[in-house]
Order: sequence, then structure tokens, then C-alpha cells
Amino acid sequence: MALAEARALWPNLETEEAAPEADARFLKRASEICEMFTPLVAIKGRDGLALDITGCVHLFGGESEMLLRACRRLRSLGLTTFGAIASTPHAARAFARYRRNTIAGPAEDETLARALPVSALDQDQATSIALGRAGFRTLADLADRPSHMLSARFGEDLVARLHRILGREDLRITPLRTPPLLMAERHFPEPMTQMEHLLTVLARLMDDVANRLEARGEGGRSFELTLFRADGAVRRIGIETASGTREAASLVRLARLKMETLADPVDPGFGFDALRLMVLRSEPLHAVQASLAEGAKPEDEARALADLVNRLVARFGRENLRRLVSRDTHDPALAGGMAEFLSANPAMAWPAPEAGQPPARPLTLFAHPQPIEVLAEVPDSPPLRFRWRRMLHEVTRAEGPERIAPEWWREASPAPATRDYYRIEDQAGHRFWIFREGLYEDRNSQPRWFLHGLFP
Amino acid sequence: MQAYPPPLRQGWSAPSGEAGKEGARIASLPILARAALHEFYAARAADHAALSGCALAIGQVLAQGRPCLWVRQEAFDREAGHPHAPGLCEFGLDPASLMILRVKDARAALQAGLEGARCAGLGVVFLELWGEDPAYDLTASRRLALAARASGVPLLLARIAAKARPSAAETRWELRALPSRALAAQAPGLPAFELTLLRARNGREGLHDHLEWNRDARQFLSRTATDTRPAEPALPSLPGAVVSVSFDRPRAPEPDLLPRREAG
Repeated sequence: MALAEARALWPNLETEEAAPEADARFLKRASEICEMFTPLVAIKGRDGLALDITGCVHLFGGESEMLLRACRRLRSLGLTTFGAIASTPHAARAFARYRRNTIAGPAEDETLARALPVSALDQDQATSIALGRAGFRTLADLADRPSHMLSARFGEDLVARLHRILGREDLRITPLRTPPLLMAERHFPEPMTQMEHLLTVLARLMDDVANRLEARGEGGRSFELTLFRADGAVRRIGIETASGTREAASLVRLARLKMETLADPVDPGFGFDALRLMVLRSEPLHAVQASLAEGAKPEDEARALADLVNRLVARFGRENLRRLVSRDTHDPALAGGMAEFLSANPAMAWPAPEAGQPPARPLTLFAHPQPIEVLAEVPDSPPLRFRWRRMLHEVTRAEGPERIAPEWWREASPAPATRDYYRIEDQAGHRFWIFREGLYEDRNSQPRWFLHGLFP
Repeated sequence: MQAYPPPLRQGWSAPSGEAGKEGARIASLPILARAALHEFYAARAADHAALSGCALAIGQVLAQGRPCLWVRQEAFDREAGHPHAPGLCEFGLDPASLMILRVKDARAALQAGLEGARCAGLGVVFLELWGEDPAYDLTASRRLALAARASGVPLLLARIAAKARPSAAETRWELRALPSRALAAQAPGLPAFELTLLRARNGREGLHDHLEWNRDARQFLSRTATDTRPAEPALPSLPGAVVSVSFDRPRAPEPDLLPRREAG
């Protein structure tokens, strides 16, 4: 029905512009809420969610109870929800649309699906009309025909869909998130509001996960804690460690540290009703016997160090603990960088400096070179004095220029100007690395001076 | 599984210098004890680059090949730029041994320093604080000093644009960048500093020395001792042995003087 027609029928009709992106975002949020039932959740179409509940049903007291809870959960978001459980995702989707609240037991799919109308096949309009003209009303009409006839008339797609809905073919869902290596979870009969209790539960989950990791001979590198709040908010907290670990106590400590330092603190609100701990990444870790001998050992030191890295990352953020990395380039601004400590490659080749010379590169480098005002005697000489941050510096010693051309093969046009670097020292003994951008020969642009780094 | 921590490469990055069991000695100055808190103050705010370099160099000698945790306040990125790996190499430091932590304020820096000082796997913890901050008080310094004593990890604390206040530090130093001895054609020479001992627990205060950092030998050399050597045409490789200076001698000659040549 067109909008004009609808308005003619009902003059006070309220209309709202369609917002498919907002709908998609909302559906994504709804899918996160459904993750409390199973980690395997997929979005189906514009308005559907498919949950693979294999092996999860007993946690919720049976299929009907689980379906009821899921629907109630989504209804609390203000949605009108229809649900169904079947052996294949396609059958479940068809039931949810055309036979609400169906719970098809094993081998019941086909009998129940036969009664569905042909529109359950989700075909385009032309095919739907063609099906109607041919006198097909229900799936049973189609199911009894030889499939090669149907595919000759209506296409392969229709036959494939028919088989999936009838449960003859099983195509698993592709979950939104990769399933974890290991998982432990706890659902509470009543929402839990005390953070202390939550941490106690977390300690138990950690124990459980740690035991299973030990059985596998592995240690976890990356964990995720998911908190499901009663009002539908889902909070994820990632914990990363510097080396494989399966010590429950230290993991709980890390989780506590992480929660204490979150910029947006965990708010229990009306309470959490489920807690899940997942291991996303692990690596082999062999059991070590505690040392009987006195004194620290290299392994102990390495463990203490890994522990420190974990604590610092948990407290100050992964992006704030960094190590230096070298890049193979002559451009000083790019040659030395920093990368996250946990992800950077520790084995780097560092060039050895030339013996007998003072340092040729500054200890610290400004991300953005600082403009300075300069008085130079002759065009190609180092400055006599310069002003930086309103301070005047008299130059007493200077060395240069060291001409560094930009990496024109990397940069987009226009290529940046060539830089002439000078190592200079002022009367107070402070040493600077400054450069002149552009050349005096170039009549089009006035060269500018910048301070790029500081020497000790 | 990758070995952790990464093994330090042998060769040029192996720290040498006068590091005994009890601590590191800088030229003629008193020993910096391991397992203690040492404070370094910049004489002028502009000396911060010299202070970072100097303290890192001392830290590397103290660390004896183990990793260093370098805690920097965010203000440093703005005021002094960020650490530059090729420059650290050129200064004679091993970038691979550094863990650099960026923190918001002094309070966070002190927390991180405390965490680091409790970790026996570290070689040294180096904290850099910018400006006066009430977070660093007697209690905070006492906490750091106790942690360092318990774990044996030396703690170096650099303060820039701040006045020295009573603290539990073992020693307190003031650092000032000095004009270097020029190379040929008035080129800047080896990094030079003046280090003054403001306070020491064992009472030998007021000592000071003019130092030059030789990154090839990874050593601070007293300039009064090396001044007599010819510096031209290029700087000679300086010997490892250090002649100590007696304290009652007059101050070193003004650093601006060009190195003297020995007659005959």
C-alpha cells in the first residue's frame, strides 16, 4: 500500500522514515543479548536471529522454557517477538514466521513443515505468483512433487529452500563471533547486584577454565568476560596476558584490576543474571615443578616480568605499554616508532652507532616538528640564534647540514620538501636537532625552520 | 612460544661500566646503591633531555642486562617529544631492553613505579615526573624506597620543573647540561653534564663533577680527568679506567675551554 493511500484511509496516520542502519544496529544489540543463551548467534535477514542451541538447552530447563525466556528477553527491548525451535535453522525460521512457538522435536520437522504456506519459501514476487497460479498452497503440495520438475520450473533455489525447511538438508549458521576455545558460564536464578559476589563467581569460573586448560596442556593468552545485565545490557571485558597462563588467582586479580580502572565503570544496575568466561586464544604451556632450591631463577624472573606486564596492561591499558620498534627507512620521523608491548615483535635489528662520534640522532623526537624563528648568517649555514617557545638560544656549536630527502615514492603528491638537518648546541649546553625545510634556491617558497628533536 | 623476556643481544648492547654488586659508580662520585630510590632533579626545566639520557644511562649500568621499565607522564610527549629508538642506540642504550609506559599523571606514574619496583624480574625502574605534584610526597617516596629495598630493583626518579622536597630517597642529584667540548669545526662533542650530589644518606653532600658520557665505553668519564688528552682531530677512544678525582681539588676548568694539547 502506498503512503498516500494509507493516509487517505487514516488521516491521522503517524509516519516515520525507515532507518535500515539503525535497525541493523538494534538487531546487533539484540543478538548480543541472545549470546547469554548460546555463543553461536547469527543475524538472519533484516529482522531475524538464529541461535544454535545444541547442548545448551539443559541449562535453561528445557526447550520450551528456553524459548519463553529468549522471547521475554527480547520483548523487554520493546520488540514483538516470535520464536520457534527446530532441527535446522531454516525450519526454525519458517516456523517462527508461520507457526509461532512451534517446538519441533527430532524428526518432526517434515510433518509440521508440510502444513506451512508456500510463502514460507521466501521467494520473489514473480515466483510466488507462479506458485499460486500452479495451484500450490502449502509446502506439502511441493514436497510430494519430484524435485527435478520443480527446479526446472521454479529454479534450484526454491528446491534448496524447500529441502532445508523440510529438514532434509541441514545448513549450520555462521555465528557472528568465532566460537571460543573454552567457555564457562553461570546463570543466576535472581539478578546479582553485589560486585563482590560476582567476583566470587568469577573465581569459580576461572578455576573451571584453568582446570580445563591444564588438561589440554595450554595456557590462555586472551580471555573475555561477558556480563549480562538483567535489563539487556551486555558488557564485555577483555583480559590479555603477556604469556600463557592458567593461574586462576592471578587472572581474577587481573580482572578486578581491569574492572577498577575502566573509564566507564561496570554498573550493576538491577543486577546481572549471567556471567560467562571465554578463552579466545591460548598457547601450549607445560607444567612446571616449583623449585625446592633457594634463590631466584631466570624462569622465576621471566614469570615475574610477564606478571608485571599483565598488571600494567590491565591497569593502564594495552595501548600505553609500548616497546620501541625499528623500521627500515632513512626518514628519521619514521625510522623509530613505538608499538604495543604485547603485539610488537621483540626481536629487532638495531644499527650499531659509529665509534668515536657523538650521538647523531636525538633521544626524543617531536611528533610534529616545532616551528622556530631563526637568524642565519648566510643561506646555507646553521643559524646564529633561534627562538623556540619564546626562549632565545644563542648557537655556539653546530654541525651540518645532513640533507634528508623525503620518501617521495611513498607520499602522495605534492612531495614534501627536502630537509637539511643541523645538530646544534646553545650557550647553556642544550643540544637540539633542527632542520630547514625547503631550499633557498627554490624561489617559489621561503624556507622554514623547525626543531625536531632533543639531544641529551 | 617466544622466550620471555627477549634475550638481550650480545655484543655492543651488553652493558658494561662500573657496576658492582652493591651499585653503580659514576666517575668519582659516590656509588649509587642498588635496591634504593635515587632522585634526579633537572637544574633548569630545559635540562630534561639531558636528565632522561643521563638517568637511562645510569639505569642501564644498574640493570646489568635486565629490562628497564620507563614510566613517562603524558606531558613529556608534548614537552619533550617521544623516545626515538635510533637516538637511544646512538646514545649507547639498548632499545630492546626498554618497556615504555605512558601514564596520565604523577599519581598513576607512582602506582606504576610501585608495581615495577615490586617485580624482581626488572633491572631498573625509571620514573619521569613533570612539574610540582602533591602526589609525590614523603609517604609516596617512602613507599617506593621500601619496595626497592625489598625487591632489590633500583628506582630512579627524575623530576623536571620541580623543587626538591624532603623524601625517603637514598641520594638526590641535580643535573645540568654542560656545553660540550667542540670537535673539529665547532661541531658539538660528546654529551656533557654536571652532576651534583644534593643529598646522600651517608652524608657526603655537595660533591659534584663534570662528566662526559662515552657511549662506546658505556661510561661516564670525569672531564677533569680526560681534559688533558688531545681531542683532535677526532675524539680518541677513551680508556675504560677512570681516574678518580680528589674532592679537595679546585673546581674543574671552565668547560668552554678547548682541550689542551700536551706539550712535547
